[in-house]
Amino acid sequence: MNKIEQTIYNQTMQLTHQPSGAFSLRVNGQSAKQKSTNNIIIKQKQQKNGIDVIIKPNTQNESLHLPVILSDPGLKDSVYNDFYIGDNANIKIISGCGIHNDSNLTSTHNGIHTFHIGNNSFVEYIERHIALGLGKKKKLNPKTKIKLGQNSTLKILTQQISGVSNSNRITQAKLGENSSLIIEEKICTSNTEEAISNYNIELNGYQSSCKISSRSVAKNNSRQIFESNLIGKNKCFGHVECDGIILDKAKMYSTPKISAENSDSTLIHEATIGKIAGEQLTKLMTLGLNKEQAEEIIINGYLC
Amino acid sequence: MIKINNLSYSVKNLNNEKKDILKNLSINFLPGKITAITGSNGSGKSTLIKTIMGILKPDYGTIFFKDINITDFSITERAKLGISVAFQQPITFKGIKIKQLLEVAGAKSFNDMCLCLSKVGLCAKDYINRYYDSNLSGGEAKRIELAMCLAKNGEVFLFDEPEAGIDLWSVDNLVSLIKNLKDKTIIIVSHQQKILEIADEILILNDNGYEIGPQNIMLNKIKPIQTCGVLGDQK
Repeated sequence: MNKIEQTIYNQTMQLTHQPSGAFSLRVNGQSAKQKSTNNIIIKQKQQKNGIDVIIKPNTQNESLHLPVILSDPGLKDSVYNDFYIGDNANIKIISGCGIHNDSNLTSTHNGIHTFHIGNNSFVEYIERHIALGLGKKKKLNPKTKIKLGQNSTLKILTQQISGVSNSNRITQAKLGENSSLIIEEKICTSNTEEAISNYNIELNGYQSSCKISSRSVAKNNSRQIFESNLIGKNKCFGHVECDGIILDKAKMYSTPKISAENSDSTLIHEATIGKIAGEQLTKLMTLGLNKEQAEEIIINGYLC
Repeated sequence: MIKINNLSYSVKNLNNEKKDILKNLSINFLPGKITAITGSNGSGKSTLIKTIMGILKPDYGTIFFKDINITDFSITERAKLGISVAFQQPITFKGIKIKQLLEVAGAKSFNDMCLCLSKVGLCAKDYINRYYDSNLSGGEAKRIELAMCLAKNGEVFLFDEPEAGIDLWSVDNLVSLIKNLKDKTIIIVSHQQKILEIADEILILNDNGYEIGPQNIMLNKIKPIQTCGVLGDQK
């Protein structure tokens, strides 16, 4: 990896080295490095770009890192990764994509991840997206499809840190009996960036639950759209909470929809969009910060 | 230390009529003295605290810190000069840890944080890595508000109803905390008898203006609010 690629790697993985455990590095549309373990087997797909990851039942406390780097300007890369997670597993998957582009060409990464999670498993999935460089066309479109088995939990943390000109984040999930999906989304846009998030969650299983928490900051002339639909089809619980801070001339649209198709479903939605609360700025200024420093701390905390 | 001269502040009601909140207040708050401010609801106690801190701008009048005219100083400038405030209602955040806020306030080490939190009856190891958000109880948030004020330190402490939301068991500790700031200038809004009793001076604000004097004299002038006890014509 050159210096730019290393920077992307460090920021998306929050690591400076290759971690122990399973690993798959993709650079400029090509698989650059792969490492399977006894319990986590990575196979290259034959028909299209991407990998199949097979995580054996009873795999405990193992991790899988999946960095993707696009540093060739103008590259359009689509990758299909399928995760087959066995029963009784406990696993952490860290995925991240970073683009560097100094040119007028458009760089695009479409990451389509499909999770097939068995029963009684716990999966933590972290994905971080960044874009660097002076170019104004750096697009990231993550699509996540989830099938969650009985008594399993999937916890997703998705972060779009900075620099991505356009993103279209689509998440679709079908939840089994007594399963739980927890999603934390943190998005920050500036300049003329646009970020779209769309969630469609079907709470099919008895006593399934989903909690979506989205926190976003839109600065300058950027634009954000959040749409979600929690569909209760059984006795279930769903909660979507969407908080946005809007600054400058940014625009933000939030539609947290809930759809009850069973009288035993309990669904809650909350959405707020506003400036940074004046009283929060005042409090930090009474501690000696100026307004700009106070804003920075509030936004960083909000997106941490 | 803090000297206010002819300080006035008014608001306008829905009919655009002016209502005086503070009118021609002239007071010298001295170092090493505790001044308690009391008075009925809406008499301007919190307004006075916010005006000294620079959160509200007076209609006229001046505020001096030592010999510096700070009337036009920003909140930040006043904080940096050495004025600290603990609000009546704690302001919480999303995603900011108590540790970070104490650091911003001025705590330089874990020991500093431990000291400030201990003084408000909290154990640092249980709190510094918690978020200062709505998951804290009202009493916890209030204590952390006070701890931030202590970490900020300075020469002037403004406390707006520090006892509000703190359980009665802790009032004695709060009294000790205030007494231990003995070389500072303390201006404290309170209705709590034990706090009024440790004040050197008491300032009573009411609709007719203000009165300030030594604690022993002023305590006798604090009267319960009289109500007529009659509903009047009910139609």
